[in-house]
Amino acid sequence: MTSALTLNHYLVVSGLLFALGIAGVIIRRNVLVIYMALEMNLNAANLALVAFSKFNKIVDGQILVFFIIAIAAAEVAVGLAIIVALYRRKQTVSVDELTTMRL
Amino acid sequence: MNGWASISGTDWGMNGHWPICSVWLLLFTPLGAATLIALFAQKSKWASATLSIGAVLVSFALSLRLFLLFVLKGIAHRPHPIHWLVIGKTVNIEFGMTTDSLAMLMLLVVTGVGAAIHIYSLGYMKGDPGFSRYFACLSLFTFSMLGIVISSNFIQMFIFWELVGLSSYLLIGFWFEKPSAAEAGKKAFMVTRIGDFGMMLGILLLWSYAGTFNFIELQQKVPTLGLSSGTLALIGALIFCGAVGKSAQFPLHVWLPDAMEGPTPVSALIHAATMVAAGVYMLCRVSWLILPSATASELIAWIGGFTALMAATIAIAQNDIKRILAYSTLSQLGYMVMAVGLGGTTPAMFHLTMHAFFKALLFLGAGSVILAMHHEQDIWKMGGLWKKIPITFWTFLIGAVALAGVPPLSGFYSKDEILLLAFERNHVLFVMATAAAFLTAYYIGREVFVVFLGKPRDQHAYDHAHESPLVMTLPLIFLAVLSIIAGWYSKVPDFLGPPREAEHHSLLLTAGLIAVPLLGFLTAAKIYWKAQPSDAPVKAALGKLWTLVENKYYVDELYHWIVKYIQGTIAIVCDVFDRWILQRLGIGGLSVGTGLLGKTTRLLQTGSISGYAFLIGLGVTVIIYYVVVR
Repeated sequence: MTSALTLNHYLVVSGLLFALGIAGVIIRRNVLVIYMALEMNLNAANLALVAFSKFNKIVDGQILVFFIIAIAAAEVAVGLAIIVALYRRKQTVSVDELTTMRL
Repeated sequence: MNGWASISGTDWGMNGHWPICSVWLLLFTPLGAATLIALFAQKSKWASATLSIGAVLVSFALSLRLFLLFVLKGIAHRPHPIHWLVIGKTVNIEFGMTTDSLAMLMLLVVTGVGAAIHIYSLGYMKGDPGFSRYFACLSLFTFSMLGIVISSNFIQMFIFWELVGLSSYLLIGFWFEKPSAAEAGKKAFMVTRIGDFGMMLGILLLWSYAGTFNFIELQQKVPTLGLSSGTLALIGALIFCGAVGKSAQFPLHVWLPDAMEGPTPVSALIHAATMVAAGVYMLCRVSWLILPSATASELIAWIGGFTALMAATIAIAQNDIKRILAYSTLSQLGYMVMAVGLGGTTPAMFHLTMHAFFKALLFLGAGSVILAMHHEQDIWKMGGLWKKIPITFWTFLIGAVALAGVPPLSGFYSKDEILLLAFERNHVLFVMATAAAFLTAYYIGREVFVVFLGKPRDQHAYDHAHESPLVMTLPLIFLAVLSIIAGWYSKVPDFLGPPREAEHHSLLLTAGLIAVPLLGFLTAAKIYWKAQPSDAPVKAALGKLWTLVENKYYVDELYHWIVKYIQGTIAIVCDVFDRWILQRLGIGGLSVGTGLLGKTTRLLQTGSISGYAFLIGLGVTVIIYYVVVR
């Protein structure tokens, strides 16, 4: 069996990954887990970008991925800090109880 | 053609600043007095009276100085106008001054008669709780009236015109705790407003053609514009509306008799001598606009003649000492307006001046009687008063004779001029005016005989009647002297312009004109000069006609009906539209709709992050579906 790994395979995996991420965001109640699911969405996008880059022989997509990873790292720092601050004030990380903008 | 003498090569006050100041001072002193009284002198009666009387005397002195300079040295001071309101290049409204012979004569009348009435008020208003307020209003009125007189353009005149309306309102409703006085003030304000609205339309229409408000510029420009006769007539008629309101001509005459609710000196000053004359003055001021249009001048002459006769007929059946005089004022103003319409602005102004003297005198005399009778105004409760209040009686008699137009008193000369003019121009009007002249002598004779002669009908009031103090009798005497001699100074008509081409009238006509008022007096004497006079013989002779004139031809009732049914119906329709269509459907619908929308969309905002994420996901899916699949 020759390597029949086409672009579509990658894209399907990327789409599944994204769908899983969305499902996680919708279904899970813990803020931290929602956060991880969101990261999964980002990486689904990364995968699609890398796949396009490789099959179209254009390196731009891979450069974009580096940016996304860097920004995701920064975002994680801010996001986790917010979650910690939120927990300190509310003593909970369940989104069912975090329904108001008021602190 | 405007014949008001103004010296060419006007001295613009370059030879020193005092003359300029003096003209402005003449205008603003009464305003200053009014302000000072209103702000600081409310508590002190004497301070407010002194301020007000002082101000009008200063104005009088300055007017006299202006007049003498003009007559003796031929100097006319005309200050530079102040550019007041400049909008773009089209509207330039200035605050200027007119000091031609017409304005000067009017200044003298307003300040001279005004001064006498101010002083008289000192006695009449003594002990009134609103004494200071009264004098403040009086000064405000004097300022506004002087403003009309010296105005150099239509807008300035209109502003002062309205200010005069305001001060008239304040003074008519001076005893505002009395409902009838408050109502009368309101009525005067609203009825004159109808006329003023027409006047404003006329001014704007004229401006839309000529592009200026200035009298002098307009006078030069209007003949060159080539306006059609219809337009000219419309402008003239609209501007005349203002005079109809202010000078209380038919059909807007209804406010003046009611205005008698105000204090009597106010009636003398505003509703006899000055404000109601403002309409005639304005017509004379813009006679170059009105007279070229045959239609407009015809209309003016007929309205004037009709008012003169109609008001005179009403006056014969009134029982209130002041109301008789009010209708007499209407009638005399009708004469003046008729004279303007017939092209005789000079006779109109002449009569205006004479009328100011003797009508102010009559009103002040009536005030003196009212005070003597302890605020009784019904002439049938008086009688025999001449022994008790001789000064008032003799001065009142002089005023009455002057009003009737018996030679050699002032009223004869001016009324004669108008009647002769009518004889030359329009015979129907001449007959009407002569009939009015007869009635004038008759009703004023009736008033004199019933009030002063015969037997006292109210013995108690008669016993307590007393002559008024000196501050009141002195103005009476001053005005009585003027009423006698003013007509002899035949220069008054000459002063206003080149003498009219006097046609030679037959001796018969002149004799007839002298006989008419005498005949009126004799008729009145025959009916009313007895111990117990009554209206019964006249009532029997006139029958239904008496009821008609006694009820003032039911004009008030007609207006009441119009207001109640026609205007009332419109008001109800408007109210329903406003309340149900605009308020409920328009504004209410908008607010309820917005509220509902808010309530619905609020349901979407649960605060649940999962919910939002689901909706976002759903949205994205839908968008992708539309973009990719379709």
